[in-house]
Amino acid sequence: MKKKTWWKTLLAVIIALLHMIPIYITLVASFTRQGDFRSYWLLPKKFFFENYSIAVKTGGMMVAFQNTIIITFLSAILIVLIGAMAAYPLARNRSKLNKKVITGILAVMMIPPLSLLVPLYSVMASLKAISTYWGIVIVQVAFQLPLSIFLYTNFIKTIPIELDEAATLDGCSTYRIFYKIILPLLKPVTATVIILTGVAVWNDYQFSLYFLQTPDKKVLTLAIYSFFGQTGSNPNVAAAAAVIAILPITILYVFLQKYFVKGMVDSAIK
Amino acid sequence: MYVPALILLVVFIVYPFLKGFRIAFTNWNGYSQSYKYVGFTNFLDMAKDHNVRTALINTLLYGFGSTFFQQILGLSYAILLNKSFKMRGFARTFIYLPVLISAIVMGYMWFFMTRYDGGALNDVIKLFGGQPIFWLSKPQTAIALLIFINTIQYVGISMVIYLAGLQSIPEMYYEASTIDGASSWQQFKSITLPLLYPAIVTSVTLNLIGGLKLFDIIKALTDGNPAYSTHSLSTLINATYFQGQNAGYAACIGILLFAVIFIVTLIMQKVFISKEVEF
Repeated sequence: MKKKTWWKTLLAVIIALLHMIPIYITLVASFTRQGDFRSYWLLPKKFFFENYSIAVKTGGMMVAFQNTIIITFLSAILIVLIGAMAAYPLARNRSKLNKKVITGILAVMMIPPLSLLVPLYSVMASLKAISTYWGIVIVQVAFQLPLSIFLYTNFIKTIPIELDEAATLDGCSTYRIFYKIILPLLKPVTATVIILTGVAVWNDYQFSLYFLQTPDKKVLTLAIYSFFGQTGSNPNVAAAAAVIAILPITILYVFLQKYFVKGMVDSAIK
Repeated sequence: MYVPALILLVVFIVYPFLKGFRIAFTNWNGYSQSYKYVGFTNFLDMAKDHNVRTALINTLLYGFGSTFFQQILGLSYAILLNKSFKMRGFARTFIYLPVLISAIVMGYMWFFMTRYDGGALNDVIKLFGGQPIFWLSKPQTAIALLIFINTIQYVGISMVIYLAGLQSIPEMYYEASTIDGASSWQQFKSITLPLLYPAIVTSVTLNLIGGLKLFDIIKALTDGNPAYSTHSLSTLINATYFQGQNAGYAACIGILLFAVIFIVTLIMQKVFISKEVEF
């Protein structure tokens, strides 16, 4: 007996389209010439691509794009390396001290970044880390590390410890075991860590707002903020900038959807 | 081997956290070299401050409001999209997509929805002959709208958690209860809900912590306006520090924000552990 599912299809498509409305409206706005007062619901009579070239030329979008890529890339590498390194002993050596360290790391995850704004800003200022790549990267890494350590620790626990023991008998040092044996086995969870933390760093606005204050270090979220924030600015150009900012992650997501969703679920459930 | 990680966490999270308590007892303005310890002045001011009270209530509204609607919508979507049918993947893809968009960009996308003149929402209202609405200039509508935007941006998280939960319920429970003559509502109440319990805990916790920290979309759409009525604690800290140049007071509100999240998490754990279901 085959149940009728057409109503499910219809309902699901309607819901999905409803969720796409803000993105659709922004897309239409980005193709509309300023001063064209047709409703955003209707596609413009003539697509006006110039908003995109204006956005790229005037708002420092290229610099912002470059900065966002550099910062996301460096942060992801460090989050992976430092996170995996920290997780290895925590997963293998379940001493009392290590259990306390794990509890501490999980507790740190609860601290909301904004509650640290004032003291963190003064720490960063005294380290001369404001408006530097290394400054923002190190803050991003610190705040993404607990998640990374958490995911790696859970994953390493599932790797048979006999592997380590055999290597120890063969005279491998702990560091060699980690780099030669454990690290290569971490590929699946590394994909998850990179996706979750990479998206978070790419999309970050709060830290960037405080710790990147010079125009040459502006990232995409800050560029969007200044496009919309300027009074008398052209909202259609701002819409184009917003589309440019979300494009890379949207494309990645469409192709690697399975990994994005799996990563989210893995990190949430145990 | 965890020394590098510990150094980073201590220097950039734990130390600032402790330092925040010290700053909260000063009248530091955020940049000058000199400041005075003022005892509990900031804490006492905060208890009387109308803006802090509003922001605290708003923070709870954003947190619990979004979480409530995210569970209802997310679970409904998961149930609808659990069994295979045409276009199911399409729907899942696009309901989840907004989760990956930066919240500040999402906030600005809603600028085109909520503009008074030519905004997409008012266009629909006018089409049906209604009066256009100033969406963001009345506190109640602005807060409701911010809850709504946060809800639908992140409902995908609840949806995928509930989908994973539904997949883990053995099909035989439903078969057995069908034979016993259970209705689908009875099945939902006695099988689905109790066995989804771990998923509910996860989803509620994630949504709640996210909602209580709400910052980006408020910054994009209202920046706390009109007259400080839509601030969350997060945006109020930002405004107090940078516009108000009152670092001591901002640090004090930071401690309040931490306390709110800490207490809510503790209560949640108490509530959830007492109801754990075994199967």
